[in-house]
Amino acid sequence: MIYLDNSATTKVIPEVVDVMTDIMKNMYGNPSSLHGLGVKAERLIETSRKILAQELGAQPQEIVFTSGGTEANNLAIRGTIESYGHRGKHIITTMIEHPSVYDLFQKYEQEGWQVTYLPVDQQGKVNLAALKQALTKDTVLVSVMHVNNETGVIQPVEQIGEILKQYPKTLFHVDAVQSFGRLPLHPVKHQIDLLTFSGHKIHGPKGIGALYIQKNRRIAPMLIGGGQEYDLRSGTQNVPGIAGLAKALLWIKQKRVARLPAMESWKQAFLKSIEQIPLVKVNGAINRIDSVPYIINLSFPGLKSEVVVHALEAENCYVSSRSACSSRTEKVSRVLQAMGASDQQAIGSIRISLGFLSEADDLNRLSQRLCKVIPQLQRVMKV
Amino acid sequence: MFIYLDHAATTPLHPEVKQAMLPYFDQQFGNPSSLHQFGREARAGIEQSRRLVAEALQVKPQQIIFTSGGTEADNLAIIGMAQAQAAIGKKHIITSTIEHHAVLDACHHLEKIGFKVTYIPVDHTGKVDPFHIEQAITSDTALISIMWANNETGVLQPIAEIGQIASQHQIPFHSDAVQAIGMVELDLASMHVDLLTISAHKINGPKGVGALYLKDNLNWSPRQFGGTQERRRRPGTENVSGIVGFGKAIELASQFRADHIKQMSRLRDAFLDQLEVPYEVNGDLNQSLSHILNLSFPGMQTEVMLMNLDLAGIACASGSACTSGTLEVSHVLKAMKLDEERIQTAIRFSFGWGTTQEQLLITAKEISKIYQRLITNVC
Repeated sequence: MIYLDNSATTKVIPEVVDVMTDIMKNMYGNPSSLHGLGVKAERLIETSRKILAQELGAQPQEIVFTSGGTEANNLAIRGTIESYGHRGKHIITTMIEHPSVYDLFQKYEQEGWQVTYLPVDQQGKVNLAALKQALTKDTVLVSVMHVNNETGVIQPVEQIGEILKQYPKTLFHVDAVQSFGRLPLHPVKHQIDLLTFSGHKIHGPKGIGALYIQKNRRIAPMLIGGGQEYDLRSGTQNVPGIAGLAKALLWIKQKRVARLPAMESWKQAFLKSIEQIPLVKVNGAINRIDSVPYIINLSFPGLKSEVVVHALEAENCYVSSRSACSSRTEKVSRVLQAMGASDQQAIGSIRISLGFLSEADDLNRLSQRLCKVIPQLQRVMKV
Repeated sequence: MFIYLDHAATTPLHPEVKQAMLPYFDQQFGNPSSLHQFGREARAGIEQSRRLVAEALQVKPQQIIFTSGGTEADNLAIIGMAQAQAAIGKKHIITSTIEHHAVLDACHHLEKIGFKVTYIPVDHTGKVDPFHIEQAITSDTALISIMWANNETGVLQPIAEIGQIASQHQIPFHSDAVQAIGMVELDLASMHVDLLTISAHKINGPKGVGALYLKDNLNWSPRQFGGTQERRRRPGTENVSGIVGFGKAIELASQFRADHIKQMSRLRDAFLDQLEVPYEVNGDLNQSLSHILNLSFPGMQTEVMLMNLDLAGIACASGSACTSGTLEVSHVLKAMKLDEERIQTAIRFSFGWGTTQEQLLITAKEISKIYQRLITNVC
């Protein structure tokens, strides 16, 4: 079995399962309770908060736990608009965001907000000139993802932060779900006010994520009643989930120094090995500076993604057609279209994503199967 | 020795629930939206749980939306209904003064943005009078929200009567059943309940997962945007292991409900029998969830009592956990118009799976000891 869909979700590592089951069994108190068991649970949360804050170079009270990346993105955007919406009617995002950002911007557009969707170049990178042109004194929020979930292309969020220095009233949100724990990103250094991350992409549990909120920004909460998480996110905290997320981060921090360069070399070898496949096209930047080593996006014009994905599944190889959150609705990848890909290319794309449990051999075996399966499919489909 | 009598705040995970959850961490770990086998297996787990939850509530699986917990489900019910109903000119909400903060604070928020909210008072036993609800109804009423049973006193609310009234006036009716689930039969159809909130961690399931029952064709709008999960009503990658755990927990709760209720009543009665110090019951023992007991011990301040019990290894609470962190005076006991002394001396004991007669005997003895100590100190 070769699982190469780690950008959709990852296997939870045993260390995390152990931490979580221990908490569920022995430290099950409600963190808001005043008795010993409640205090223990609260301490677990605060220790986890510190671990996360340290990774971001932030202060613990700047971290708010949520039920996942989608909630954190919704909280960041909605909370900003509710608190700072009086400053203007203009918000900026990109054409390649995750649906939990993109769909929300579309909702605000329908409600009368002026929305700029920044284009990307053929390499899948956001156009900074377009950002400079779009920014006005009325811009309330800029939301740009750190690493695109379909192509793995790294967005110039540091440079965007630099540009936004001239717009101190504009809040800057970064969806870092696909980079958190793997690429360093210090919100304080780069003028980032809000930063989203999630547990289940780094071998942690599902159902847990967090939002970094810069301490001088006051955004409106989305969940209310109870006052947990500094009144920014009410509801009994998912204690085992929170501790599981922190444990996963500690584990991945240990691994990443050696693992990321290794992945890079596996990726380059893989890309070389599939050059022989007729018509294959690699989507987006693939160099070390502009893309992450753990996401690769390929197109086989003339073949539908689903056909390729299923053919690979028959070979015990699991990849995806695009982001899991949109794989059930979108016929064509919105991200690839934004990059100027032809419909043929956008319909026939697959995403290969590595995790920290992946091995060099996984990509070798995938390559062998692609070299076998794709020409077969191309013959059948008369491509 | 450690005695946990705070099951209304949260409960320990049942071993069978844990066993059900484990494979979804590292075997069926896929993203349920993924089209491949791992995704399909995870999805099957979720759908199986949805059927179990639906069965427990005697409703259809597609009427269940999984959330991150009770607070999110309450918020979704109230704000989701209010927003959709406001679009057709209905901007009035009816609720009670004793609701959980997830409901009350959602209502306060709505008031700030132009809604009118009527907070129905309760009598000295902590019960809402359906007549007051009927009186409060106007042509603008968008929603009635009354909890099934109160989390601090355990007092059951007249849900059937309120449901009848709501249905006659064709007003959607929401009930927060977070404390009631597993302790009463939740027959939603005959009670005319249109929206219902439940949570897993109060019935020996995991934290971080809850659900909202939403009747078909309600004028309701979602709050979160993103993927197509939960039929777009609540997007975001599902907490698969949590949802599977919830399914198992609710299955166990339904299966053993009759015995469990009897067992809890026995424990409660035995505990009251064993208490050798003066106390007053806050609420109404005849119309109450049998696992929640709210008592006032005259002359013994809540904090002092709680601290002494905690030192003796006995965990209980002053009120709801969500507010007890702040040691605020209970809004529920205040709404019951109890005198100051009684409010200042109230303790909530809540029982559950794992609670034994022996533990309660020890607790009763410990309370007597604390009482003697405090009385001597005073004299």
